[in-house]
Parts: sequence; structure tokens; C-alpha cells
Amino acid sequence: MSSRERILGRVRRALADVPPDGAPYEEAVPRDYLREHGERTPAEAVELLAENLADYRAVVHRTGAADLPHLVARLLAARGSREVLVPPGLPAGWLSAAGPVRVDDRAESTVERLDRVDSVVTGCAVAIAETGTLVLDGSPDQGRRRISLVPDHHICVVRVPEQVVSSVPQALDRLDPARPSTWISGPSATSDIELDRVEGVHGPRTLEVILLG
Amino acid sequence: MSGTYLGMPAFPRAARDAVNDRTLRGNLRHATHTIRAKRARAVAEVSDWAALREAGKRIKDHTLRHLDRYLVRLEESVTAAGGTVHWAADAEEANRIVTRLVKETGESEVVKVKSMATQEIGLNEALEAEGIRAYETDLAELIVQLGKDRPSHILVPAIHRNRAEIRDIFRTEMGAWGRPAPEGLTDTPAELAEAARLHLREKFLRAKVGISGANFMVAETGTLVVVESEGNGRMCLTLPETLISVVGIEKVVPAWRDLEVFLQTLPRSSTAERMNPYTSMWTGTTGEDGPRAFHLVLLDNGRTDTLADRVGRQALRCIRCSACLNVCPVYERAGGHAYGSVYPGPIGAILSPQLRGTASAIDASLPYASSLCGACYEVCPVAIDIPEVLVHLRERVVQGGPAVREGNRVVLRPAKGHAAERAAMRAAGWAFTHPRALRAGQRLASRTRRLHPRTLPGPGRAWTGTRDLPVLPPEPFRDWWERTRGGKDETR
Ligand code: SF4
Repeated sequence: MSSRERILGRVRRALADVPPDGAPYEEAVPRDYLREHGERTPAEAVELLAENLADYRAVVHRTGAADLPHLVARLLAARGSREVLVPPGLPAGWLSAAGPVRVDDRAESTVERLDRVDSVVTGCAVAIAETGTLVLDGSPDQGRRRISLVPDHHICVVRVPEQVVSSVPQALDRLDPARPSTWISGPSATSDIELDRVEGVHGPRTLEVILLG
Repeated sequence: MSGTYLGMPAFPRAARDAVNDRTLRGNLRHATHTIRAKRARAVAEVSDWAALREAGKRIKDHTLRHLDRYLVRLEESVTAAGGTVHWAADAEEANRIVTRLVKETGESEVVKVKSMATQEIGLNEALEAEGIRAYETDLAELIVQLGKDRPSHILVPAIHRNRAEIRDIFRTEMGAWGRPAPEGLTDTPAELAEAARLHLREKFLRAKVGISGANFMVAETGTLVVVESEGNGRMCLTLPETLISVVGIEKVVPAWRDLEVFLQTLPRSSTAERMNPYTSMWTGTTGEDGPRAFHLVLLDNGRTDTLADRVGRQALRCIRCSACLNVCPVYERAGGHAYGSVYPGPIGAILSPQLRGTASAIDASLPYASSLCGACYEVCPVAIDIPEVLVHLRERVVQGGPAVREGNRVVLRPAKGHAAERAAMRAAGWAFTHPRALRAGQRLASRTRRLHPRTLPGPGRAWTGTRDLPVLPPEPFRDWWERTRGGKDETR
């Protein structure tokens, strides 16, 4: 007997005492929790997102489409970045004023190469106001998961209000489970040493979020 | 479970040693009290906590009740997405499968993200025996590994080490494992974290094989979810060419939308955050993004035996948030190591004896490692009635009775002369003679007890079978202990 059959057999025997349950999945779980906590206008949701991002020590900026390239350029310059990593589908205009050398992410780019790049600029799939979370799903303006991980400085552009939802349930509704996703809430952190929160262990130690709208 | 912790003294003796270790007690007290207060604030932020808790419990119960169906579904989904599914009946088989998969890649080292399942099966030791080095990459796990130590807390495994000890471990041990600690390393947390970043980055960049667990597996879509803070999880899940995830069969949930419950309750219960810094979700393999090969090893190792127990099966709902550890007066004083298992605290006291059986002295004494104050039940985000299971397991130890071990029905013999009970009660003395904090907590729990129904209403009734929930004592255990001096003077 294979272990698969053995385990499934054990499960069935273990449940022999349980009365048959005809209730389908849809009826088995009460879903009377909230879809979102409180009602917000789109503008209020953006406010809350900004607040919660800052609370988890992401640096929040706001700008309109016309000024975006200049803001990106300023942030990269302030950081002293010489190279910036670019996902394949990043809108061309976003980096049009930026000084650093553009490094395109290619399948054959080694991790050692990525490790030498100072900054990365990406878009996002959705942002969650209640938790201050950005979700990246590998769409062309976000690129492979590793590019927002290895460089030490991540600039993420959120189109507001259209990419902002209030809650975790609403975010899941918008995502496609087939795509790999990364949920980011503030810069990487650890509390492993006497529970002191230290920003930045392995992921980018600086997370800057641009609310574009 | 593997023999990683064999030879551990039984809980009472180990606990007594820990209580006498003042550094350990100081660290634990600071840590548990800090997280406890933060958690209460994080939970208070969501007005529908009770509804989320109930939904989480029902999702898990529904899944466990149809576990065979959901596991088969999961296997189909993962396979369709390009992954390969393996089934492991016990620790030995899981270790064998993982070792073989690593060897097939031709590699002799792997990077690991913290996973309780791989600790449970003793994977690192099994790999080591086959000449494969496993590098732990969580900061706390790194501290534990470099310190040749054992984890003592589910979420903060190095909770028993303070910063000066950590600096000393880094200074003396890092060099032997790779990049040494920087010159003049001090004991500020930021510098220690930086030392770990540099030490581990070298390993991430060259790793070809990553090993992980998972917090959730979605049957409908084949998606796995890893919840973390530091980014080492993301490194292990995305940079290597081969990813091997070892996951207990109870981690499956039916559908994508079920994540909306647990991604709200888990971070708030565990690290007391609205959301943890990083959560990774992946479904099989994805072209150029991430590992080219993905293997999922589904682990039984005593879980189906636990499922066979009408009362004890609720322990399989656990999402390993560790909230129950942080509120437990016994854990706070005894520390994680006293539990002699990778699962410490209240959840360990009910899970380890079920996964491993109660044949050893440590496992027979674990159900006594509690004052039944009920604080663990109050905070549990999937409403596991830990005191109920503890009482049930005590009966099992003292009276014996039918049980399932490795899939076979057995009849357990009673522990001789209630030796375990007597030993445990003696040892309990240390925990209940002084602290005032304990009293307040227990009285509160005891007062809320009258709100707890004796049988579960609605569909829960069928699930708990015909068994009544145990009647909770009107007087908290601690008060009884004080009044009667541990039962010596029961008439007082
Ligand atoms: S038993 Fe409940 S509180 Fe304890 S770790 Fe598991 S889910 Fe968390």
C-alpha cells in the first residue's frame, strides 16, 4: 500500500464516528464577519492607507502624474543610487527624469547581479488600507518576486484611489490565485532580539511608497 | 515524531530547573508580557473578532471532517500547477523523501525558513547524517542553531536568549558556519540584525535548494501561503531552483476565500500586528519567476491518530499563532524547553502527547503542565478548548483506554499508581505558591466560564459528539491550591 492510500485510509477510519454531514462547504461556515471595518469613501481609504503605511515605517509620498518622474528621480538621488532595477512593463515615463543607470530584469540576470543594484521601482496589484499592505502579483510593472526583494531600497507606486481597497477580504477578491503574490507591510523587520523591532533584515530596509493620483 | 528530544526529563523536573534559571525567567517574562499587551490592542481594533474566530474554527472543523476529500483536491491542484506531491506517513518517511529530493539536485546544502513541521521530524539531523547541511535563516533560528540550542517559543524561538548572549554566540560561532561576525560587534539589536543579514545573504545567493513549511494550503487552487517578518522566507521561496515544502496535512483549507479569515486573525494573534511584514503565496511553479521545481511533502506523523480522538482532534485546528503561550502562567515560569517538544506551551501540552502518544514520561506528564485557568482558550483564534483536551488527556493517562497509534486501534494501560499525576502535582507547587498576577488572570477566566456552554450549539454539537464539555470548577485552580495547600488540606 502506498503512503498516500495509507494516510487517506487512516483519515477515513479516524472520522468513522462523525455523523454524515451533508452540509456543503458554502453552508458550513458562517460568514457574518465584516467585508470591511467601517465605511469609507475612496479618498478616506487612501488616507487610511497612508496612515497605516507610515505606522509600519514605510515612507509615504504623494504626487500627480506630471510630477511623478521628478519625484522618482529625487528619491533615487537622495539615496545616492547608481543603478535602478526595472521590471519589464514599468511605464516608460516613470523613470524618464531619473539619473541612475537602468538595469532591466532578465531571466538570465543572476542574483549576484541583482544584489549589486541599489534600488528597484515597481507598481503594485492592490493596496489594503486597513492593514497598510501592498500586494505585488508579478504583473509586468512589478516583475519577478526577487526584484523587489534583493535590492535594499524599494520604491513602490500605488495608483490611487483605484488600486486601494479597504480590507483583506476585498484584496483577495481582486487577486488571481494562479499568480504568485507577495504581501508587503512595511520594510522587513524582526523582533527576535528581546522583542525590539529592528527594521530590515533580509528584504529592502527602506520602503518608499508613492501614492499616484 | 522524531527522537530529537528523547531523553528529555519529564515536565516537572525540567520545569523546576527552568524556574531556578533567573535569566531565562526574566527574558520570558519580559517577552510574554510585551506580546500579550500588544495582542490585546491589535485584536481590539477589529470589531468582528468573535465572528472571525468562529468562522476560522468552522472552516477548520469542516476541512478536518472532509480531510480526505480536501487532500485529494489539493494534490490535483498542486499537480496541475506544475508541482509534485509526496505523502509521508511518518517522520522517517518524510526525511527520506526530502533527502532523496535534495540528493537528486546534486547539492549538499539547503537554506531553510522556519518550519515547525521540519523541526518536528528532525529534518536537519536527518540531512546532516546524509552529508547535507541545512542552514536555518530566521534570525531566531540562526541564534538557536549557532548556539547549538533548542527553540523555546513557536514564534520567537530564541526568546530565552538576551542580547548579550546573542552577541557572544555570533562572535564565537558565525565564522565556523560562513561569514564571521563583523569586528567589534556590539549587542544593539540593529547591529546584531545587520550581522545576521550579511552572514545569511551569502547563503541565500548561492543556495540551489530551499526548504519551507507553510501556514496554509488552499485545496481549490493549490496555493501555499507562508507568513513571515524578516524576508528570509521570501529568499528561500524565490531564489533557489528547487523548493521543497514539508507541511502537516491539517494545514489545508478548502478555498481561496478562507484566507480572508486567517490572514486577519493570524498576524494579530501572533505578532500582534495588523499585518506581518511579508506574506508569500505561490501556486505550483511560474516560469522564470521562482523555483523551477516545486515539491510538496504532505506529512501525517500522528495527525490522523489525533484526528481519531473525538475530543483531542480539535487540536488540529491550530494555526500556530502562539497566543496561548504568551498568556500561559505555567509557560511563563517554566519556559519552552520544559515541554520537551518543538510545540511548547498549552498547545504543546495537548499536541505532543497526541502526536507521539503518552508512552514516555515527558508525554505522560504534559497534560498536567497547566493550571486549567482557561486563558489559552480565551485567546485562541480558532477557539481550541485546550483545558477540555487537557482534562481528557489526563483521564487517558490515569485511566488508560482506547486510542489510535500509527493508524492502529490500541488500548492504553493506565499509568501505574497515577505516578504521573502525583509527580506533576508536586511539581505544580512551584508555579502556584506566589505570584499575584496568576490569580487575577485565573479569576477572570473562571468568571467568564459560566458563559461557556456545556455542549456546543448548532452543528458544533454533532462534531463534539455526545460528549459534554467538562464542567469548569467554580473556584480557580490557583485559589484551590492556596486554600488547600495543594490538596494536602482538602477540608479547608
Ligand atoms: S492553540 Fe490556538 S492560540 Fe495556541 S498556537 Fe494554536 S491557534 Fe494559536
